[in-house]
Amino acid sequence: MAGTLIHGSRRRKIATALPFLAPGIILYVLFVAAPIVYSFAMSFFDWNLSNPFQSTWLGLANYRKALNDEVFRRAIVNTVAYSAVTVPSQIALGLGAALLLNHKVRGQPFFRVVYYLPVITNWVIVGVLFKYAFNGQAGLVNFLLRDVLHLIGSNVLWLGDPVLALVPVFLVEIWKGVGWCAVIYLAALQGVPANLMEAATVDGAGPVRRFFSVTLPMLGATTLFLVVVRTIGTLNGYVSNVVITNGGQPMDQTHFVLTLMYKVAFGSLQFGYGAAISYFLTVFIAIVSFVEMRVLQDRGSSI
Amino acid sequence: MNLHSHDAAQKSIVYVLLAVGAAISVFPFWYMLITSLKPQSYIFEIPPTLWPAQATFSNYVKALTRDNFGRYFVNSVGVAGSMTVLTLLCASLLAYAFARLEFPLRRLLFGLVVAGLMIPPVMLIIPQFLVARTLGILDSYAGLVLVYVAMNMPMQSFLLKGFFAGIPIDLEESAFMDGAGRWRVWAQLVMPLSRPALAVVTIFSFIYSLDEFAWAHVSIRTAARRTLPIAIAFFQTQHKTEWGIVFAASVVSLVPIVLLFVTFQRYFIEGITTTGLKG
Repeated sequence: MAGTLIHGSRRRKIATALPFLAPGIILYVLFVAAPIVYSFAMSFFDWNLSNPFQSTWLGLANYRKALNDEVFRRAIVNTVAYSAVTVPSQIALGLGAALLLNHKVRGQPFFRVVYYLPVITNWVIVGVLFKYAFNGQAGLVNFLLRDVLHLIGSNVLWLGDPVLALVPVFLVEIWKGVGWCAVIYLAALQGVPANLMEAATVDGAGPVRRFFSVTLPMLGATTLFLVVVRTIGTLNGYVSNVVITNGGQPMDQTHFVLTLMYKVAFGSLQFGYGAAISYFLTVFIAIVSFVEMRVLQDRGSSI
Repeated sequence: MNLHSHDAAQKSIVYVLLAVGAAISVFPFWYMLITSLKPQSYIFEIPPTLWPAQATFSNYVKALTRDNFGRYFVNSVGVAGSMTVLTLLCASLLAYAFARLEFPLRRLLFGLVVAGLMIPPVMLIIPQFLVARTLGILDSYAGLVLVYVAMNMPMQSFLLKGFFAGIPIDLEESAFMDGAGRWRVWAQLVMPLSRPALAVVTIFSFIYSLDEFAWAHVSIRTAARRTLPIAIAFFQTQHKTEWGIVFAASVVSLVPIVLLFVTFQRYFIEGITTTGLKG
């Protein structure tokens, strides 16, 4: 008797929950969960697009191919450099902006909105704009460097150079990222107890000293959060690179991992190889995030 | 007295630095606007002017008429509107189930949905392409909307679950005493009480959709079905020098986002700081 009762109520619970769960879970399974498994399986095959069941099993060959592919290795280097340069820059500038915005001056709400505008601006639009500014003949950047600041003698062909073409890509990320870091820091700054600051002031600590011995340690958890989230974001860099370098131009030297994945899959229809590349990146991101959390947490606790 | 002037000096330094930052934030918008107002022959003038000396609206007219950007604008807003409504529905139902209902595997399911937050979106593009092809929704608005809802939902249901869980349970219990069922409690009690959270979900979903590039880029083949980001990118690669039109289209496509943001900026900041997620 008791068994059937529990069984019945369990059934009822499922019946109640099912309509709440169904729409979301169905979409999630179709377009998120199944694709994760699907692409994992694909990464071991030479995937046959018209007839998947005739795909050729390759084992780890796609992964080995990636490691031996110079374009892929270059893409890894570019992507890591992108993260290593833009993440610290935007976090440092974001902290600076947050400290400024935290002053109770007139017009503070206005400045807050202005600082956040780059964050909500579409990646494609910003990318296209920077591409125009870095034009090799009559771009604004060349004009500033040559005719105003006299730093260069002749025009630089930014977008035609395998290294310099990434300069605008890096700048877009920093320009867009600062406002977001600033908002997060600003929220965290509200949590720095005022009496702690006052006590430090009474003890004779100047603003610089107060910043390094009170504010910065209090912001440790926020900094860790920003480092991890922006590292993941930048390692997934894609849109601004596609727009500015046309996806790897010149000569496939400016790829990020994901622009290369796009080219491999949708340009040369090697879906299995593309899937392997995306799994590479996912595992790499997981490892980097884990290491960052360990390192920064240990440092935080030792302060 | 001395202290006072020290304060004033500090204040003016803060103002100067704030203004420099604001100029860096705003300048690209100004540059875009100015360029969108230049006639084609002035696009690569030297020295470049940063003032609308020869202002004309011809780029806007061309963008909207000759180059079909009006259509792309409608596509973008239509897709964003539909996906936002569907996201609100799916995410709030899911969040209510996770916050209040008891059913087997609840924790596991919630964990799986939250794990969706950590998956790099572009990584899913290849298999999503194949799933959409099987379902016959490649190159369609439906394909855009459904994938956007699926991708955006984990974050939104996570946010809503937290909010729903914070609603005093006594309210719901007294509604049950009065004979209301689960659906009525959800629709007539929980949802109206959650307006601030639903506003955050609405704004973030709308912006997510307007901003999305990678999936639209892969799935849309028919030119007339393009959304603004891919239309602008395509136009720029095809008409390499017609920058005035590119920026006229960009300015127009920024209008809804900036308006939304300026109107609802309080919700934005709240949403960002409570979820820690990027808009």
